Amino acid sequence: MKKERKTKPGKSLFARWLDGEIEVMDLILDDTTQVRDPSREALKLKDTEFKERLDASPRSKEAADATRRRFYLAYTAVAVISCIFLIGVLLFAVSDLPRFGEENVMADAVVKRYVEKGLEETGAVNVVSGMILDYRAFDTLGESHVLFTALICVMILLRIDKKNMAAGYEDYYTVLSDRYYSLAGDNIIRYSGTVIIPIIFIYGIYILVNGQNSPGGGFSGGAVMGAGMIIFAAAFGFERTDRFFTARVSAYTTFVSLMFYSFAKGFVFFTGANGLGNPIPRGTPGAIFSGGLILPLDIAVGLVVACTMFGFYSLFRRGSIGGD
Amino acid sequence: MEFIYSLPLFSIVLSLFSGPLCMILPGKAARYYTAAFEGLLIGADCLVLARCVKAGEAITYTMGEFPAPWGNEIRFGILECLVALCFLVVLLCSVLAGWRFVVHDLDETKINLYYTLVNLLTAALLALVWTNDIFTGYVFLEILTLTSCGILIVREIGRTTLAAVRYMILNLLGSGLFLLGVVLLYDVTGHLLMVSMQEAIGILGDNQASMTVISLAVGILTIGLAIKSGLFPFHFWMPDTYGWATPTSASILSSLVSKAYIFLLIKIYYRVIGLDMLTRLPITKVLFVLGLCGMVFGSVSALRAGNINRMVAFSSAAQIGYIYMGIGIGGLAGYTAAVFHILTHAVTKSLLFLTTPRLAEVSGDTLLFKGLQGSGLRDRNAGLFFTVGSLSMVGIPIFAGFSSKLLFAGAAMEAGSPKKVIPVMLVLAVSSLLNAMYFIRTVIRIYTAGGREGEIRTRSPHRLDYNIPALVLTGANLFLGLFSWVVTDLIQRGLLIFG
Repeated sequence: MKKERKTKPGKSLFARWLDGEIEVMDLILDDTTQVRDPSREALKLKDTEFKERLDASPRSKEAADATRRRFYLAYTAVAVISCIFLIGVLLFAVSDLPRFGEENVMADAVVKRYVEKGLEETGAVNVVSGMILDYRAFDTLGESHVLFTALICVMILLRIDKKNMAAGYEDYYTVLSDRYYSLAGDNIIRYSGTVIIPIIFIYGIYILVNGQNSPGGGFSGGAVMGAGMIIFAAAFGFERTDRFFTARVSAYTTFVSLMFYSFAKGFVFFTGANGLGNPIPRGTPGAIFSGGLILPLDIAVGLVVACTMFGFYSLFRRGSIGGD
Repeated sequence: MEFIYSLPLFSIVLSLFSGPLCMILPGKAARYYTAAFEGLLIGADCLVLARCVKAGEAITYTMGEFPAPWGNEIRFGILECLVALCFLVVLLCSVLAGWRFVVHDLDETKINLYYTLVNLLTAALLALVWTNDIFTGYVFLEILTLTSCGILIVREIGRTTLAAVRYMILNLLGSGLFLLGVVLLYDVTGHLLMVSMQEAIGILGDNQASMTVISLAVGILTIGLAIKSGLFPFHFWMPDTYGWATPTSASILSSLVSKAYIFLLIKIYYRVIGLDMLTRLPITKVLFVLGLCGMVFGSVSALRAGNINRMVAFSSAAQIGYIYMGIGIGGLAGYTAAVFHILTHAVTKSLLFLTTPRLAEVSGDTLLFKGLQGSGLRDRNAGLFFTVGSLSMVGIPIFAGFSSKLLFAGAAMEAGSPKKVIPVMLVLAVSSLLNAMYFIRTVIRIYTAGGREGEIRTRSPHRLDYNIPALVLTGANLFLGLFSWVVTDLIQRGLLIFG
């Protein structure tokens, strides 16, 4: 269906690229490596019409190849030149920026309050946690949903369903699927997993619950825990993870965590904006239960991140999160 | 603080919450929930808008107990609420009218995920419109980027996957440039809150300090958002993206997502850079020229398209050009015209993108012009609504497109300099002529008897779910056309308290 477009007479290659009719990648790639499209049927009608026009086209393959090569060269040249130009401009601008560590009178007030009053106002020894989960919690609320959105997009793309798993592709998937090449039976991986997995989980939980006191928090702790899950699945096979971590468990964990996050922060935003103060106790700085909402929020974010990490791995390996 | 002023907060937080909620609901329930929830949001936004108009001022709402430069803030005035209202109405109509196509185009296990993305997209749109902090803007810009790729890819045919890959790469390039611009501005001003940034930039401008950095930052911010919204010459991703997505997605992507980026750009110009500073930078002239080029080249490409969806998509490229031309003209009148055209284009383009698949399905699922002959006779409602959308795009009086074009012409006259008036008038005339050529041609084609007679079949015998949203969009279109002074008055009042 793309061949037709390359050979349609009357328009220059550049004009067609400008119109989005042709892809640079098409010109570079050989035609045999085009994207597989399982749902051809819907496009069959279009295909026949394209073929008709293709047959009517006068241009030979050699001419098309020559054009393709010229276009590729020109494209590369333009890309390199514009990159060099952008690099030059940015370097020039960087030389105009304030020096590192230089005092910025205008911004002083903002930073000072974070550093000097952060502990007192948020109850978190780790000022960064206090900033992202208390001062600027709205940004972080969005940020944790960015992660969730990414998970949903990967699920849409990779979870096997009737549409992306059309007939004829089933063999392809089974042969290349994880179950065929699973490493789960390997002794070295299993035994080293037995030693290393509990440590990873404990370390992840430590990072998670100490986010308010030391560097760490939800995002990093959750990533460590997700990595632990991935190693567990790699060492013992998905049959073992499916016993406790199915798509349903993952969905509900994510849902409850994000719901808690949205509602807790919504409540704090509401009371804060209406001058009702923050009714959540801050605790003793340095203790585990301190920093007000920071600890529960870290745990919620950590769970979402762990589910997302493992979900990515599982979707990429076998096209489902598990249990379905 | 009055309770009504908390409604935007609840709208954003509940939209964010609705995303995960739809993930655990079954597909049908997710759709009903989404539609009902959008309805509630429209109600809430109407209340806020009415309150803002009555108070005649913009409200800044602190997100949390810490005041502005330290904490986050949202801000809603007349302009923000008006744009949000338009976005929400179009969103609800798209969700309702595209429902049957969603069922047909998507795998049944992924319908709930689709509405998850739609809810997250709603949250991102609202937050972008209401944010008062440039970094919050970036965070929700990311959500918008990801969700817009997600609602494109969900159809799972090769064409959408390919289109989504290209769309995502360009979108990420745009996000990267935007972030770079934000970082540069943060480096010289030390603030992320829009008000404080504007003050700092004003001081820097008076001292002639860091002008290179500021103009570069504004430049790459603008280029980033221009790539994302599809300004000429970055419009080449549009036809595939809009042409192959499921109708709800096509409607949302073309009429809301790209408009949200433009609104963010206007917001940055007004509230971060400041109009005084902006006149000293060359960037608006660039936008003016590119907008004019887009108006012509988008229409020329549309004229050459052989597929109705590609034609409508290229016409979007032209309409985006109009909006950027309005920004380029500048001044109160220019920005009013630009914002008015954002509304016009949102209600018109969504109507067109929701209608074309219905014309296609009574013509044996072809979108090529050849096959569409007589489709307006086979599905009379769809034909009628397509005609309405076309007439509005061409700029026939009583429809919204006419008021837009009038406003652009007026803005150019008000700007006064012949360097602006002559090109604007000339290109407006040429562009309208081209618009008329391809839209009227299509209307004639769909009303010419012939084509695939006897093959009348639709997947959706109950047409109420299409007719009511289409009527709402037509009504909005006529309202913008006949009572444009109400809306322009609101926009002007909004812009005056915007800066």
